[in-house]
Amino acid sequence: MHVVTFTRSTPDTAAKVWVDADGNVTWGDVATVVNPWDEYSLEETIVQAKNGGGESTVIAIGSELHNDALKHSLAMGVAKALRVEELDAAMNDSLVWSALAAGAIRKIGAVDLVIFGKESVDMATDQHTYQLARRLGWTMLSYVSDILEADYQAGTIKVEKMLEQGKQTVAARLPAVISVMKGINEPRYPNFLGIRKAAKATIPVWTAADLGIETPRAATAILGYANPPERNLTTEIIDAGDLDANARVLVERLFEEKVL
Amino acid sequence: MSVFVWIETFAGRAVSSSWEALFAARIIAEAQATVVTALIFGENAKAIAAEAGQRSVDKAIVCEDEVLHDYRLESYAALMSDLVAKRGPSAVVAVASNRGRELLASAAVDSGSGLIADVIDLHFDDGKIIGKRPAYAGKVLMEMTANSATTYVTVRARAFPPAAHANSAAPALEIVNAVEVDEAVATEIESFAAETGKVNLGDAAIIVSGGRGMANNPKTAPDGLSGDDAAIWKARDGYENTLRPLADVLGAAIGASRAAVDAGYIVYDHQVGQTGKVVNPDLYIACGISGAIQHQAGMRGSKIIVAINKDPQAPIFKLARYGIVCDLYEFVPALTAALRQRLAN
Repeated sequence: MHVVTFTRSTPDTAAKVWVDADGNVTWGDVATVVNPWDEYSLEETIVQAKNGGGESTVIAIGSELHNDALKHSLAMGVAKALRVEELDAAMNDSLVWSALAAGAIRKIGAVDLVIFGKESVDMATDQHTYQLARRLGWTMLSYVSDILEADYQAGTIKVEKMLEQGKQTVAARLPAVISVMKGINEPRYPNFLGIRKAAKATIPVWTAADLGIETPRAATAILGYANPPERNLTTEIIDAGDLDANARVLVERLFEEKVL
Repeated sequence: MSVFVWIETFAGRAVSSSWEALFAARIIAEAQATVVTALIFGENAKAIAAEAGQRSVDKAIVCEDEVLHDYRLESYAALMSDLVAKRGPSAVVAVASNRGRELLASAAVDSGSGLIADVIDLHFDDGKIIGKRPAYAGKVLMEMTANSATTYVTVRARAFPPAAHANSAAPALEIVNAVEVDEAVATEIESFAAETGKVNLGDAAIIVSGGRGMANNPKTAPDGLSGDDAAIWKARDGYENTLRPLADVLGAAIGASRAAVDAGYIVYDHQVGQTGKVVNPDLYIACGISGAIQHQAGMRGSKIIVAINKDPQAPIFKLARYGIVCDLYEFVPALTAALRQRLAN
């Protein structure tokens, strides 16, 4: 059996990200990290491949920037890494991204399960995860908070999914694409041996031609980026004497603001 | 041509944020001089169509076939795609809920259409939809457009007001049949556990949120608990017996910082921030939260922020409209009492 996961490098969650004078998004010299949601999908990929006695592969779709996330994935213990890059393709378009991802899955062949983190923090979206499942014609199980059963021989999976209204237990057939939530596991830290092995690894790069596909035309265009409007704010520190007076003043202010 | 809006339903009722999607659909229909068609599938769809009519939809396409009784991605996407292929709407709109996101993304693949997700504002260039949406966890904003015949749009909850009731005529109703789906991709819902008494963070008008400071509960932990275990006990007691009463008075949802979740003080469902939920309530009360940049990314869109923290240097005060420099365990009970009294009058 074979479990595949996708990852990408994103700015550190603590980094300041802004739009520079040329209209480009920048985070200065701050290093990238593996997309924070992918810590959980990488861990789950390692666990599921071990449980099923099979292989694990991590894929990044995009530029060399994402090699760092791939190396981190290898250091954690994913067996193989590869990158798909198509220089002229609009990688921010989820139809383009999912076509390349589906091409990579088909080239690999017998894949049982694809695991995503909930979303990517850079484009702040999860649409590419659903679109990959749709292109492959596989079942999509999103917002998975627990894998209750996975039988790779029988080709079945049972998961707990989070909805806004509660938790659902859902059974489905493999192959499937799932996206996992924080809390499904405790991601491991790469150990010294893992880091050393990852540092030596060479990461193959596939193009659309290698995948035997035509990159589709992008269906969306990004018109521009902007910094969020400054919060035009004066902070009032309420200090009316004692505790109860402060509480009464705050309540009155909140009524004046019409938020109560 | 028309603008489609998917009215999301759950257990035979419309999900309330769907009416916000209807509001956005009407903005698009006005800019494109066309009408709004509601798509309503599943249990009770006809009755929900009548409700949609009262909020001004021109037409409703409904399907109550048994296979669509409960939401399942594959069968809902198959019907949505079929309707898009046959009717060629200029746009398909839904709220960016868990289901709205996956349904519209899936259907968009079938027609090779562009999807602008998590939209917080809309404007138009000669009828062409331009959606503003957050990226990098709200640290920057971006504007996107689609170049396909149909533009799919999901709108972030609470970014648009719900479509108001109007004295509109009943919508023209069209009944359609479900589209068959390959059994191999069909999922089976085995059970569902509702979360009772919980206000959904994404829809909440008010959020009361607790951070690392929750562990400073003056109560004594039970014998035998020490160190981290005692801190966890104290924090959990605080969420239940200090924050919960305030949330109940306000009809608020309970939020938490990542630090509190990672320390085991509260379950992940409550996390607000970059790896939790991004929220934009009218009022956000941050209790014992320092305001790390990851947390700010999740709540900076709140209309009014109140910070309660005993450290006057805490970064959260820079975002707050009102600040109280005080231990939350002293101030929150006083605030709850003052609110009860004010609301009783």
